[in-house]
Amino acid sequence: MSALTVSALSKAFGGLHVTRNVDLDVQPGERRLIIGPNGAGKTTLFNLITGELSPDSGSVTLFGEDITRVPSRRRPHMGMARTYQIITLFPRDTIIHNVSLALLGLSPLRWNPLIEMKHQGHIAERAHEALTRVGLAHIAERPLSQTSYGERRRVEIAMALAQNPRLLLLDEPFAGLSIDERRDVHQLLLAIPRDVTMVMIEHNMDVALEFAERITLLHFGEVIVEGSRAEVVADPRTREVYLGH
Amino acid sequence: MSARYLAVAVAALALLTVPYWVPGVYYVNVASQILFYAIFALGLNVLVGYAGLVSLGHAGLFGIASYATGYLLQLGYGHPSAIVAGLVAGIAAMAIFAILSLRASGIGFIMITLAIGQIIWGLAYRWISVTNGDNGISLHGRPAPFGLSLNDANVFYYATLVIFAVSLAAVAIFVRSPLGAALCGTRDQPRRMNALGYHVWAIRFCACLFSGLLTAISGILFVYYTQFISPQTLALTSSAEVLLMVISGGAGTLLGPIVGAALVVVVKSVVSGFVERWNMLLGVIFVAIVILMPEGIVPGSARLWRVAWRKFGAPSGPVATGAKP
Repeated sequence: MSALTVSALSKAFGGLHVTRNVDLDVQPGERRLIIGPNGAGKTTLFNLITGELSPDSGSVTLFGEDITRVPSRRRPHMGMARTYQIITLFPRDTIIHNVSLALLGLSPLRWNPLIEMKHQGHIAERAHEALTRVGLAHIAERPLSQTSYGERRRVEIAMALAQNPRLLLLDEPFAGLSIDERRDVHQLLLAIPRDVTMVMIEHNMDVALEFAERITLLHFGEVIVEGSRAEVVADPRTREVYLGH
Repeated sequence: MSARYLAVAVAALALLTVPYWVPGVYYVNVASQILFYAIFALGLNVLVGYAGLVSLGHAGLFGIASYATGYLLQLGYGHPSAIVAGLVAGIAAMAIFAILSLRASGIGFIMITLAIGQIIWGLAYRWISVTNGDNGISLHGRPAPFGLSLNDANVFYYATLVIFAVSLAAVAIFVRSPLGAALCGTRDQPRRMNALGYHVWAIRFCACLFSGLLTAISGILFVYYTQFISPQTLALTSSAEVLLMVISGGAGTLLGPIVGAALVVVVKSVVSGFVERWNMLLGVIFVAIVILMPEGIVPGSARLWRVAWRKFGAPSGPVATGAKP
């Protein structure tokens, strides 16, 4: 059974077809890289997989279950987590509060108006564990507004990991990071266990190629090349539309 | 005892002793008004401050609770039935209000709430068989729970104070709860909250119901206080006034709406006796708040206090600055 299967997925905004008959089959534990030039439809594909956009046609299956019509808010409960290309966090709150919100999102506690949030020790404990995984436990109580861009990227990843996903979608996790921060995030991603299937969009080919086992190249919303790392890099179409000669 | 607890103790003591230190019954009544308008502002603040949803139709909900109570009393029902009817009508109206208005957020939400508020105001004017139109509904007497007649200004004040304290505690518990945290999350990043597994619409709907409950409570207190309800109470200016209470005091804070309510009620009821152009004075105060403390009086005062403390009050010198806390 595949972790993620995308079949003939299409989406158009008016006359602009941003995703055309995209097929994707990601095996459990796989590290899949999605590449393509700007405007190729990579983030739109993520938005279709997570349900933030509804496809015009086609289907999405998560671990054998058809989720095409499942509301996007239900998908994290089914084991899907994502990060965003543009960091999307809660800037008024502390780092640990951000991660706690991620944990609370999957807990029935989120409907409770009577208990005090800060007294939920098990939530704080698990949030600390997630922050330890990304190396931010020592600044857990720091307001997010006082953190660097690289730290915020790691908070995003901590929030996704805190939800114990089976499928993790990473949208350009290295974007805007310094060399040192890139190395840290790279190490962090390599340390994620194999029971988490990962699909990543990335432009930084140095780190991305090291991460990827299989690569899908999108161009004008279509899959034009797919295969192992070596196959895709060697394919002349990859060089023509993306890597350059 | 920390400064915060000391301030709360002083405020509680001041509120408990109002009938003993204000100059007369008129001022006790002003204090009662401050308290029930503070409940109204706290209710609106749940939406404006914690959900990021600005409503310009809350006076309509306030009026529905008032009218429901007044109408049942006019029909000859007892006070308990009238009060329950007011609460149920207020919350039911809020549920409908929320279903219609939560289809949008931002400016769309404001416009829908404004339109609904105006429809309710129009109904109050034109549904004469129920509302008595422009003449309004008059009440004859207040209830006397536990043998204590609320016709007495001091007793009414203490009853309002108890309800205010319970309402304030309820809001304090709500905003610190997981649901409150989720609500603030939907204010800041609704898309992210959805991606984290939250039902953003349902969370906002719960907040609307809570806001509706507080609004209904204040509406019932209002109709018992004035013993009269007319369409004027539901007008857009009333919605704008309570919104100004929230914004001027500090949206998204617990004390802000209370301070805002006190400011507006004092200017309207006390200062207006000395200053003929009190409306202009209120406008000038709001402009000053917007310029000097755009975040509102409570958070703005805290900020100015911190600035002043750093500049004038904080210990300085090589020993103090180098010392570890």
